[in-house]
Amino acid sequence: MIAELGLAALWLAAGLAALQLLLSIPTVRGSVDGAGTIRAVAVLQGILTLTAFAALLVVFARTDLSVALVFENSHSAKPFIYKVAGAWGNHEGSMLLWVTVLAVAGAVFAVLARRTGERTLIAALGAQAALGLGFYAFLLIASNPFARLDPAPLEGKGLNPLLQDPGLAFRPPTLYLGYVGLSIAFSLAVGALVTTEVDSRLARAMRPWVLGAWILLTLGITAGSYWAYYELGWGGFWFWDPVENASLMPWLAATALLHSINVLAARAALKAWTMMLAVLAFSMSMVGTFLVRSGVLTSVHAFAIDPERGTFLLALLAIYVGAAFVLFAVRAPRLREGAPFELVSRESGLVINNLLLTVILGIVFVGTLYPLFVEAITGEKLSVGAPYFNAVAGPLALLLAALVGIGPLLSWRRERRPVLKRLTVPALLGLTALVITVVLSPHLAILPRLGFTVAAFLAAAAPLPLTVRNPLRAPLATWGMVVSHFGIAVALVGMAANGAFTSERLAVARPGQQLTVGPWTVAFDGVTPTAGKNFTALEAELRASRGEGAIILRPQTHYFSDPPMETSEAAIRTFWNGQLYTVVGREDPSGGWQLRLWWKPFVTLIWAGGALIAIGGALALLGRALGGWRSLRRRSAPDWRERYI
Amino acid sequence: MSRAARFAPLILLVLLLAGLVWRLATPVDTDVHSRLEGQPVPAFTLAPILPGKPGLASADLATGRPRLVNVFASWCVPCVTEIGVLEQLQAKGVAIDGIAVRDQPQALAAFLARNGNPYERIGSDPQSQIQIDLGSSGVPESFIVDGRGIIRYQQIGPIEASDVPMILARLEAAK
Amino acid sequence: MLLCPIVATADSNLPPAYWSNRQLPDPRQEARADALMQEIRCLVCQGQSIADSDAELAGDMRDLVRRRIAQGQSPDQVRSWLIQRYGSWISYRPTSEPAAWPLWIAPLVLLGTGAILIRRRISTRRRP
Repeated sequence: MIAELGLAALWLAAGLAALQLLLSIPTVRGSVDGAGTIRAVAVLQGILTLTAFAALLVVFARTDLSVALVFENSHSAKPFIYKVAGAWGNHEGSMLLWVTVLAVAGAVFAVLARRTGERTLIAALGAQAALGLGFYAFLLIASNPFARLDPAPLEGKGLNPLLQDPGLAFRPPTLYLGYVGLSIAFSLAVGALVTTEVDSRLARAMRPWVLGAWILLTLGITAGSYWAYYELGWGGFWFWDPVENASLMPWLAATALLHSINVLAARAALKAWTMMLAVLAFSMSMVGTFLVRSGVLTSVHAFAIDPERGTFLLALLAIYVGAAFVLFAVRAPRLREGAPFELVSRESGLVINNLLLTVILGIVFVGTLYPLFVEAITGEKLSVGAPYFNAVAGPLALLLAALVGIGPLLSWRRERRPVLKRLTVPALLGLTALVITVVLSPHLAILPRLGFTVAAFLAAAAPLPLTVRNPLRAPLATWGMVVSHFGIAVALVGMAANGAFTSERLAVARPGQQLTVGPWTVAFDGVTPTAGKNFTALEAELRASRGEGAIILRPQTHYFSDPPMETSEAAIRTFWNGQLYTVVGREDPSGGWQLRLWWKPFVTLIWAGGALIAIGGALALLGRALGGWRSLRRRSAPDWRERYI
Repeated sequence: MSRAARFAPLILLVLLLAGLVWRLATPVDTDVHSRLEGQPVPAFTLAPILPGKPGLASADLATGRPRLVNVFASWCVPCVTEIGVLEQLQAKGVAIDGIAVRDQPQALAAFLARNGNPYERIGSDPQSQIQIDLGSSGVPESFIVDGRGIIRYQQIGPIEASDVPMILARLEAAK
Repeated sequence: MLLCPIVATADSNLPPAYWSNRQLPDPRQEARADALMQEIRCLVCQGQSIADSDAELAGDMRDLVRRRIAQGQSPDQVRSWLIQRYGSWISYRPTSEPAAWPLWIAPLVLLGTGAILIRRRISTRRRP
């Protein structure tokens, strides 16, 4: 019953999306006054998809095995929280989540949008409905989450222990809110291109959506990197794996878009570039979804591969992105850009920022898809991995990070004050860091060395916009920018430290043996069998000390029977200056055990930095929301606001 | 904005879609073929692993007539049925040598006793060294080596009964 | 966590090769070997490097890399030896073959195109 209710809600929502799209066309033309109806329909669509998603959650919570999806992906013995999370931990459920976020975002947008022109708003809602239609069709035709099984089986198949992990279970919704939240920017851009009303008002309407989606993407990617680090047992935090790259590309586009919007909002300039970025960001989300589900790229994170579904998604991609690009090509001449920017100005700084981010996005895109194209054209197989991305994107990212320290200090229009003087201290700090690395670590590779230098510079330069008479009166948005930019420096230190100072010890050790890794002496006390709820395990006991007191670490190997697999659970201990990361492997016939130990100084700064970047964004979002609320009550704005926002 | 700049994204999209359509139409082939086809067999000497059969050296593969080198193991599941097909080839006069990868004498002896033994020689490769030297990436694989010691063909995966005519034709061509 | 399911089924009963899971005594050699192993793709678990893969063949390849580095070969020599046998697919670092040139040209093209596009946006005239 519930499943049928969900399915019916989905069909109704699809019908409403069609209505929303069809009605928007004459309304934008002006021949019909459908604005109110369209808004109501958008809200209704959101409610219906929420109902459908709730229905899916209910059938999973109840382990209703007559629903095929529950049978495939759940099990009565699964812990409750993972039963519910299992609803979106599969292809159909995650597509339903995708469609739900699409519709709910549209609904919220329809209700809250005040700053956009009415025609643009309606055109945007029409575009959002068009996006929805394709994905509804995909769901209802090719990926029905509510398909029934008759007779209902007695037990489900989905007890994969690997999927019963909080990181794996709860990261998708965060990411989806991010990826699909960018659809509002896409629809607004399409709407504005249709009505040719691309101006600062549009930018201010787009900004909270892009900011919100971007914050969630930052959190999702950071969390994913940490999850991969502690779960996969190899001590790495980013592998430039195609699926990882697919998740990074929308973030890169969204970051560029965020900064471009600021120029559009403040100066009504960069119209074409901002619209293209807005289209590109959600397009990257769609490309990412396609790449991950179609089996087109070889990856460690291989999901259930289905080329048929891949074809459907590719068709949707072609239609949506193709139509948006055609619209852009046709309408771009009508966008009136203003006078050129001064070379030394905030605008130019943001243009260069845009350029570098877009180039990095292009590099990740090219690197990820290059093997495919080489094979298509020549039949040869080659691989593109971390060495390429680090060598090419790394220096550009460092250059960008350095510019991030300078840009916010520039004024809009034209910088007349001597900015370089304010940067003396940061520059000196950067230089000092460089000298320290040369003295202490003469054999350091160039990239980590420059990483420390730029990080020191940026850490000192990032807070400079707050050096006004009363930093506490500075707008929250400025605090947000400072925190985010400082977070970049923090993450950079973590990455450079990880690359430069990680110590690894790999050995086959007998109980009683001692190993050293970095400053630590680790005594191996043996391996004992143990067990968990649905697994047996072998647990190694390690006593580690670096001077005073010893700590005990117990890495384990888990053995599951249904399906038969073994997983390695690292034992990690965090200190103020790094992490001790220990893994136990297999037994060697000589009587020893494979042990893998790492001492990773300051590695946690990577994710602390990522969190700071997201927090800065949240502060900015809060600041703008409060500012918008306050400006509704008060008209005046202090002079220095124009300088720093 | 120049026309080139305006339409560039669209053109790039079309190129991308073309590539993705090709990839969806042509299933991914995860086999990694050895690059030594057309090259001489690398020099190697493998110790025997079975009491009755001599070991295998690269010199034994350049004796004037084409030979089939089968990279296999007793723990390899598809190798079980492949032995039957290899015996068919042996009956047709094909000279077959084996390289046992990561294998133990007792396990190998039991495997061959159970399934058949078409090999003239069997070399032991306990750490996959010669397997890697040949550019082989798994078991079972087979190489056709001509009389002068040049690798002419690599078969990835078991030789099926339906492959027999093709293998015979290639051996003929390698003469 | 093992993400490559093939490993569980096709397992020989022999132990790993000696240098699969042990570090070379000379730290500089081990660092060179480790850097190389991070860049060699695993033939079995094709989404990982041989440094990270639990596949037996990856272990044997790690043993091979370490032994050759210990004998004095350079990482480039070992990499070339492997590429001679498996093709450039096995190297995560793109080789210098012509098929890989566009990879290195692409960033320059992107930067150049971007610079041309923004040329009109930024004026270098000094206004009084």
